[in-house]
Amino acid sequence: MTKANTKNADWTMVISPKSNMLSLQLEDIWRYKDLLYLFVRRDFVSIYKQTILGPAWFFIQPILTTITYTIIFGNVAGLSTDGLPKMIFYLSGVVCWSYFSDCITTISSTFIANAQVFGKVYFPRLIAPLSVVISKLIKLGIQFLLFIVTLLYYVIFESTEVSPNIYLLLSPVLVLLMGGLGLGLGLLISSLTTKYRDMRFLIAFGVQLLMYGTPVIYPLSKVPEEYRLLVTLNPITPVVEAFRYGFLGTGTFSVYHLVYSFVFTVIALLLGIVVFNRVEKTFMDSV
Amino acid sequence: MDMSEKIIEIENLSKLYRLGDIGTGSLKNDVQRWWAKLRGKEDPFMKVGAENDRSKKGQSDYVWSLKDISFSINKGDALGIIGKNGAGKSTLLKLLSRVTAPTQGQIKIKGRVASLLEVGTGFHPDLTGLENIFLNGAIMGMTKSEIKAKLEEIVEFSGIAAYIDTPIKRYSTGMRVRLGFAVAAHLDSEILIVDEVLAVGDSVFQKKCIDKMTKVRSEGRTILFVSHQLSAVKSLCKTGVVLENGKLRFQGDIDGALAYYATTNNSIKGQELKLGDLDRHQSVGQIKFERIVFENYPVNFGETIKFKLILQTQDHETLFSDIDMAVNINDRNKSCIVHCANKFLGKNFSHTDDQMEYHFEIENNLKPGYYYMTLFLRSKDVIQDWIEDQIILEIQGSNPYGYHSNGLIQGNVLPGFNISQVNSKVLL
Repeated sequence: MTKANTKNADWTMVISPKSNMLSLQLEDIWRYKDLLYLFVRRDFVSIYKQTILGPAWFFIQPILTTITYTIIFGNVAGLSTDGLPKMIFYLSGVVCWSYFSDCITTISSTFIANAQVFGKVYFPRLIAPLSVVISKLIKLGIQFLLFIVTLLYYVIFESTEVSPNIYLLLSPVLVLLMGGLGLGLGLLISSLTTKYRDMRFLIAFGVQLLMYGTPVIYPLSKVPEEYRLLVTLNPITPVVEAFRYGFLGTGTFSVYHLVYSFVFTVIALLLGIVVFNRVEKTFMDSV
Repeated sequence: MDMSEKIIEIENLSKLYRLGDIGTGSLKNDVQRWWAKLRGKEDPFMKVGAENDRSKKGQSDYVWSLKDISFSINKGDALGIIGKNGAGKSTLLKLLSRVTAPTQGQIKIKGRVASLLEVGTGFHPDLTGLENIFLNGAIMGMTKSEIKAKLEEIVEFSGIAAYIDTPIKRYSTGMRVRLGFAVAAHLDSEILIVDEVLAVGDSVFQKKCIDKMTKVRSEGRTILFVSHQLSAVKSLCKTGVVLENGKLRFQGDIDGALAYYATTNNSIKGQELKLGDLDRHQSVGQIKFERIVFENYPVNFGETIKFKLILQTQDHETLFSDIDMAVNINDRNKSCIVHCANKFLGKNFSHTDDQMEYHFEIENNLKPGYYYMTLFLRSKDVIQDWIEDQIILEIQGSNPYGYHSNGLIQGNVLPGFNISQVNSKVLL
């Protein structure tokens, strides 16, 4: 009797209705790190299978966007670019912004996009959104190269004067902030989407709207005083501004703004994980 | 002692599902639920959950797909989970696989669980077979090095080595299933949960799967197996549980479980039977068996069994050529006694019109009693319909030998025979 009891005490897993809300299941995620890698690889490889241009799309997309912005916002609307060549100005904004917006849009459909797989087999659900943050990072890297090449071209052949400074070393922090923010908000939205599908429609134009509230197509310095606070409250604003400041020497850089972004990101991440953990256990019932 | 060590313990497990359109009004319910919780009261929607009976429309929007299930599974056991559609089998497997969480109660598990609710989960059509082996294996919880170590075995088991570098969108359904099962069969876990995967694939492959699972069992690993194919359950499992409307009705050895299930299973008998409402074994259903009409029912001993099958086409877009129609007559233990199919006669049918009837005449020396018929329909490679062991064939009469009791004669067939005593001395 006692022997049986001690024998039965060492269960390796207990499945119960509730789980620890803040548990990151880091141990579990570590065990599934190969899956994380394979998901990243799958996303990357499958994107350009059966396309003629293949990985070139990673370049074409930002270039076309930048050209469009140059024509519409630069030439037609005549928005200020802080004295920088329009191509450089918009490209820097587009590269930063598209990483954040890619992350948040893709992650916010995590549950719906993976319903088929989630419904059949267990693995730590966080693997799916994490793989998005990483695979989009590869795209960001490629686009960042494009930005550097374009910048060099302007400096060498067009004698554009830019003043890169020590703050460009902050880039990894900026990337972390964008990824973290995209992940946190994405998790939050994806969790809500499982129950209230309305969120799905909201996210599409919500992200679009947020872009206009971020200094992507205009410099923060040219924002009228009455809107300045509103734009600064946007946690992505300091990231874009700091990126431009570090590489180009223009823009508004403030440590306080960056700290604000950081705090915002941490809160969004925590909140996102709590809600995600709550939803992941039973979301299959409502999809 | 070691064999009776518990590896899974299920305690008061319940799962509540919401029926109908989720989303409309769910915000309102959420608020009510939250309000009840705040006052320390029971969830108002849990009380109203009806017992899960799919034939009746309940008053409540909520249904208990499982209610207060408790049992345990010992190490090295092979447990068959039996029940009609909607009995809660799939829900139980989902809870065990951690795909969804229980509403109440808990499950305690010792060791790694590999669950095969589907084969080839997460296959990406654009990736090659080889790439998908890694992806699928990792989704199932294997590490890259584990997969690498078993790669050769997996490829060989799947039998599609020639196409391993082809994107799997070019594969046939059968090839995908083989590849998926090959990966799954090589999972290293203490507990293996298998759901219905045997339903697809040809009979050679099905046998391969059963053999593999028997081998897994002999290695001392624990298997939980759900299938409508009762013969497969019988051959693989040692113990069984029967679920009915979300409740545990029987737990014990597999023969007991099958016998219990057979008595409660709704089989039908009669001269003319509508087949539309019967449970189906996994099949596509573009054409279905609609009716079976016997010429005489019950059939007399020795009289040719004559009946016709009438089909109903659900999908009029498709041409159903290369029909493979089979009728089995099985005994009480679901073992096959007679197997008739048009392909054995070299006859090739195309079903172009529901006016086409299929007339069967089967010579008969079955012992009087009850038998179960299985109807099977395939067009090309696709299993269209499959009704297993639900139609009762009754043979009436006494034995041809004139013996006083049918019951004392063993076996299922009563061929004419003669036994004579010959005195060898006289012959010399």
